[in-house]
Amino acid sequence: MSDIADRVKKIVVEHLGVDTDKVKDNASFIDDLGADSLDTVELVMAFEEEFGVEIPDDAAETILTVGDAVQFLEKNAG
Amino acid sequence: MFDLTGKTALVTGATGGIGEGIARALHERGATVTLSGTRAEKLEALAADLGERVHIRAANLSDREAVDALVPAAEGAMGGLDILVNNAGITRDNIFMRMKDEEWDQVMEVDLTSAFRLTRAAIKGMMRRRYGRIIGITSVVGVTGNPGQANYAAAKAGMIGMTKSIAREVASRNITANAIAPGFIETAMTDALNDKQRESILQSVPAARLGTTLDIAAAAVYLASEEAGYVTGQTLHINGGMAMI
Repeated sequence: MSDIADRVKKIVVEHLGVDTDKVKDNASFIDDLGADSLDTVELVMAFEEEFGVEIPDDAAETILTVGDAVQFLEKNAG
Repeated sequence: MFDLTGKTALVTGATGGIGEGIARALHERGATVTLSGTRAEKLEALAADLGERVHIRAANLSDREAVDALVPAAEGAMGGLDILVNNAGITRDNIFMRMKDEEWDQVMEVDLTSAFRLTRAAIKGMMRRRYGRIIGITSVVGVTGNPGQANYAAAKAGMIGMTKSIAREVASRNITANAIAPGFIETAMTDALNDKQRESILQSVPAARLGTTLDIAAAAVYLASEEAGYVTGQTLHINGGMAMI
């Protein structure tokens, strides 16, 4: 597992208060992890802070699963 | 109670009567304030009078670029933004049948759209810090209507609906959104009334006097305070009883 994936999963666990083993790559924040739309906004903000990147709204809207986030950050985080 | 020491606030329309009253009151309770208004000289005079903990930024809220620059500037100057007071407003009165598109658009832009854009910009930082107080200065006419003010009443009613929606979205993050609806308040706007108009207004006010900017500022201090954390989505009517809603 990449370092980025580890950090993403840690943030998701902390923010949504879910068990680590539930935070799989294909887990949907809303459908599988119980996030509401405001939680997803906050997750994106937390990713921005952790990785020092700006995630524009149109990109944020495509980040629906843990894997989406990891993929985006692997591509865009320096 | 109602101590605002360490809190940061942005007040728009701070060169108007009500805005200045709110700015002074928040500052007096200990808040660091950023004051925005169209008249740079008046802002400078106000800042000089208040002394420390004051930043000023002239901005015309009909200019969207100026609007969008305001919150980042305030956050930059104060290191954050806890309290946003959307107070700036204009009137362009006309009877409805004669109301021009420009009169409608200008009022919507300054009174409602700027509040939307400023709040959208401010709320992200509030979410991060898990604290926020959003206060919109609406008007009694947003609820009762007023002949000659369809544009103003629509914008002010819009602000109430927007406030309630924001309140529902972010209440769980310790951010409140409320509106204050002044009735007739003694300002330059009401100074322009003649004696006959003034008398006829007072007949509709059980308190038999116009309100003061302090009446409004006191409500703003309350809604901005930690103590008002369980109050959200509300419209506080301050009108001497002229409308009981």
